[in-house]
Amino acid sequence: MNGYNFAYLDEQTKRMIRRGLLKAVAIPGYQVPFGGREMPMPYGWGTGGMQLTASILGEEDVLKVIDQGADDTTNAVSIRAFFERVAGVETTTATADANVIQTRHRIPETPLAAGQILVFQVPIPEPLRFIEPSEEETRMMHALEEYGVMHVKLYEDIARHGHIATTYAYPVKVDGRYVTDPSPIPKFDNPKLHMSEALMLFGAGREKRLYAIPPHTRVESLDFEDHPFEIQEWDAPCALCGARDSFLDEVITDDRGGRMFVCSDTDYCQNRQEEVA
Amino acid sequence: MTVMTQPFLSVESLDKTFVLHGQDGLRLEVMRDLSLTLSPGECLVLAGRSGIGKSTLLKMLHGSYRVSGGRLRLHFDDGELALESLPAHAWHPLRRDVIGYVSQFLRVVPRVPAVEVVMEPLLARGADASEARAKAETLLERLNLPERLWSLPPGTFSGGEQQRVNIARGFIGEHPLLLLDEPTASLDAANRDVVVAMIQEAKARGTAMLGIFHDDDVRERVADRLLPLDRHMSARTRAAESDPQETP
Amino acid sequence: MKCPQLDRPTLLEARDLTRLYGPGKGCEGIDFALRSGEVLGIVGESGSGKSTLLRTLCGMEAPDAGRVVYHAHEGELDLYAIGEARRRALLRMEWGLVHQNPRDGLRLGVSAGANIGERLMALGERHYGQLRAAGQDWMGRVELDPGRIDDAPQHFSGGMQQRLQIARTLVTRPRLVFMDEPTGGLDVSVQARLLDMLRTLVRELGLSVVLVTHDLAVARLLADRLMVMRRGRVVEAGLTDQILDDPQHAYTQLLVSSVLTP
Repeated sequence: MNGYNFAYLDEQTKRMIRRGLLKAVAIPGYQVPFGGREMPMPYGWGTGGMQLTASILGEEDVLKVIDQGADDTTNAVSIRAFFERVAGVETTTATADANVIQTRHRIPETPLAAGQILVFQVPIPEPLRFIEPSEEETRMMHALEEYGVMHVKLYEDIARHGHIATTYAYPVKVDGRYVTDPSPIPKFDNPKLHMSEALMLFGAGREKRLYAIPPHTRVESLDFEDHPFEIQEWDAPCALCGARDSFLDEVITDDRGGRMFVCSDTDYCQNRQEEVA
Repeated sequence: MTVMTQPFLSVESLDKTFVLHGQDGLRLEVMRDLSLTLSPGECLVLAGRSGIGKSTLLKMLHGSYRVSGGRLRLHFDDGELALESLPAHAWHPLRRDVIGYVSQFLRVVPRVPAVEVVMEPLLARGADASEARAKAETLLERLNLPERLWSLPPGTFSGGEQQRVNIARGFIGEHPLLLLDEPTASLDAANRDVVVAMIQEAKARGTAMLGIFHDDDVRERVADRLLPLDRHMSARTRAAESDPQETP
Repeated sequence: MKCPQLDRPTLLEARDLTRLYGPGKGCEGIDFALRSGEVLGIVGESGSGKSTLLRTLCGMEAPDAGRVVYHAHEGELDLYAIGEARRRALLRMEWGLVHQNPRDGLRLGVSAGANIGERLMALGERHYGQLRAAGQDWMGRVELDPGRIDDAPQHFSGGMQQRLQIARTLVTRPRLVFMDEPTGGLDVSVQARLLDMLRTLVRELGLSVVLVTHDLAVARLLADRLMVMRRGRVVEAGLTDQILDDPQHAYTQLLVSSVLTP
């Protein structure tokens, strides 16, 4: 590949980001600022995740990219193609075969194993931003663990809807210390963050922040004693593979109101269908 | 007739001067070298024409006016307390527990019902609200304040009605020292009699009282002694019996 | 009879406290001690330095010189020597601040119940039912309809907002409350109602209060003691009715005689 360094970013930038990642791993859930670079894609397309992936990728790694659980959406396909070109690494759609998985808004259903790294694309890294526009103030709130306002948000949910209506980007407390935005994954995926075998890295390109949840770290979803955290449930199994333990997407099948619910994780669904067949 | 006991209050050589800075530092000497003693169960009545400084004395004893010179002492079993040098923060508990005051005019938060105005001195001591209310209602009833007024704020009451709320508020706390500034001024004869009876009862309880009474009849009925404040603003006490003609 | 206990423990002290923005702007050489259970009024005209003094006392603005000493359960704390974390924790847990404009002290977009519950949640209350019960109880205490617990205060009147701010502040039973013109900007009839409510709450909760107001009538009804400020300095201090009925200093006499009485 001519004209580019391996994995697009220059080595200085990668080192800078890796230093940030080491700090992030050392302080689970803490947002580390980093000097984000321009990527050949607009913000919102995963530039934060891509910079992290580029910084940790080695020639022997096998990369998987998913968007909302699917390997075949424009975003996933583009990012996978990008790293194939600029790093020449092997890519896969099989969760179990990948060392590095870059994801937008999902955690794979197949349990992750030690040695795997999950890289999240994050739009808004600051969980307190909804109530406090000042960065200086939110940093102070984190420093002093002034997190009462997070429960204000959950309280409002219950007051308005009778239950906690936040369904994605559901705030968590990492290692009993930092309140963290898990990126817009469905709350269904929150339990997978807890004591995970895999390393989880989070990158926000526009906001130039990265943070991490190292393996075997406590991750608690915020809740109330009398309104405990609960994940989504569906009445029927996946219409394609019959799974009852996976996150389902609603798919409109025609213009007469026909619809069905299928696994959002396409690799998981595919594997199950093959097993059955 | 008065059993002479140790005085509860003693005043020695009291002076009061107002300095009016807005009038080029004009000095108004309103009181000079006033001395008195007051014992538990005694009612001492201040006499003298209007403007001679009777209210001024009460206000100095209540802490609302500063003392320009002289000594004010309360004699407790465990020692004496100098009022002229009492720090401001100590006045509040002293007023709550020791020195009661019935002023000529009622000054309260505008919206508070009459019965609650009366209860407040007891509530300030942490009394039970229902007991305080019962006691307040008993007093208001005794003072013939119509029951329909109890739950209304006294701001709209007539002068006599306000005065009765004020008296009830002043007596409910049964303070050991009570300062009375014309409590009967705007009352009819029947209600004056009630107040006289209340004063007699307070005396029997051992309350020391210092009062100003506009009304000759009331004054003669309640006063154990008169303290004339003459035009030279200095005064000596004398027995009420010896000079019943003392005029205001 | 025996002399009652007149000496209450000191809760907050200013020791030679100075915070100046320019000559005569701010406050200078302030000394006082607030006793437990006392309401101290700071009165003066605009620009007298009373608001600067309040901000310095409550931890919002570091002084140029002097100290603010808080007598906590564990001992004396020098407010600006203990570090921001401890200072903010103090404000959250033991102190309360009632702003003149309720908008500064409320979250207008979230419900009344959540506004009241926030300080409890910050202290670790994690039971929705209990938070809600506390919200309803406090709405009743400040004479707001508990049925409006889920309404956002942006739709409340100014008086209702101020009462909600007071409930939000007092729900954690702070030992010390700072109030900045709590009745400013309200209609006269609403003011009276609020004053009565504040008096009752101060008495029932045994609050110690530092109250800043330019309104001498408010000071008379709420404060036990007054400090009169002018050009950044305290010109006179004493018992409230003594300051108002027998002012000694030329400026206090002018101030008192300038009040309109209906």
